[in-house]
Amino acid sequence: MEQEKQKRNIYWNPYFGGFLLGILIIFTFYITGRGLGASGAMKSSVVAITDFVTHDHAESNAYYSKFIEEDQSPMNSWLVMEALGVLLGAFISGGLAGRIGWRVQHSPKITSKRRLIFALLGGVLFGLGAQIARGCTSGAALSGLAVLSTGGFITMIAIFGTGFLAAYFFRKNWI
Amino acid sequence: MGPLIPNGVIPFEWNNIIAIIIGIAFGFILESSGFSSSRKLAGVFYGYDFAVLKVFFTAALVSSIGLLYMDYLGYVDMSFLYVHPTYLWGAIIGGVIMGVGFVAAGFCPGTSLCAVAIGKIDAIVYVIGIMVGIVIFAELYEVFQPIYDGYFKGYITLDETFNISPYLFIFLFTIIALVTFFISDIIRKKRKKVHHY
Repeated sequence: MEQEKQKRNIYWNPYFGGFLLGILIIFTFYITGRGLGASGAMKSSVVAITDFVTHDHAESNAYYSKFIEEDQSPMNSWLVMEALGVLLGAFISGGLAGRIGWRVQHSPKITSKRRLIFALLGGVLFGLGAQIARGCTSGAALSGLAVLSTGGFITMIAIFGTGFLAAYFFRKNWI
Repeated sequence: MGPLIPNGVIPFEWNNIIAIIIGIAFGFILESSGFSSSRKLAGVFYGYDFAVLKVFFTAALVSSIGLLYMDYLGYVDMSFLYVHPTYLWGAIIGGVIMGVGFVAAGFCPGTSLCAVAIGKIDAIVYVIGIMVGIVIFAELYEVFQPIYDGYFKGYITLDETFNISPYLFIFLFTIIALVTFFISDIIRKKRKKVHHY
């Protein structure tokens, strides 16, 4: 039991993980001509839900309508399939390490409620920012850097730079 | 010659199958590196865990060096690869907003999917938040459109921006990354440890 608990907190060497991730990005570009992504699948989901709930509104909205096609669902996209794969891959990895289970993870110094509120707010900001920058840490920053995209590089610096600057105001949540 | 699907070497019908396989590998690597834990991810901003920095920069270096090599050896034509476009103020303002979101929640979209997969409820709430953020953007699209569509600089790359050879840029970037890794280890040793995350 003790051994099982210890295994849970053991992760790969970060350089090893980074190396494999780099190889995967090369492979992805080599096969598909594009990089990885994550927030794109969530955008497709929002478009699909909106189109289902209020079709006319989705059609008339200048942003949603960009992603609606007559003959196929917005869910029929490469990034949605890839995101389903991410869920599956992470489930396998977490399962093998004994990390699967329902829980709210947070610092012992804060309550679950506070954690969930900040998770929600952070998500709203990230979702908004990823639309403005046309991609998130995966699609803009990481895949952008692989092909030396200037925009991807700027977004990466903006994300991490702001993270360090804003860290002071959120310190109670983490340390 | 690559890329294989755009060049018709692999039939287009394989696209979705390949997407799922690549996704599985992506999710497995992120989760195994500890990226399903928001407390581990946020460590980079407080100096108690630099896994994000190390994984991210190692991956960026390996992939950019590897792609340049494959282009040089003739296995892939770089001019066929999709380059994330540069909308200057969109990249900056979007990045700043994401940065605050990152340190507030401890996740980015890809890592949150990994955490959802192993049952973290805070990650599920985070993904709902992302979707709300996308709705806000769409509903206020007219407000954001000037920065979303404006200041377009093209599909430019860093070697063009700085007017240096891509090989020299990668070389300099590698040195900066190595120094950063070295400094991050020194900082981490000085910080008090945060246990059990």
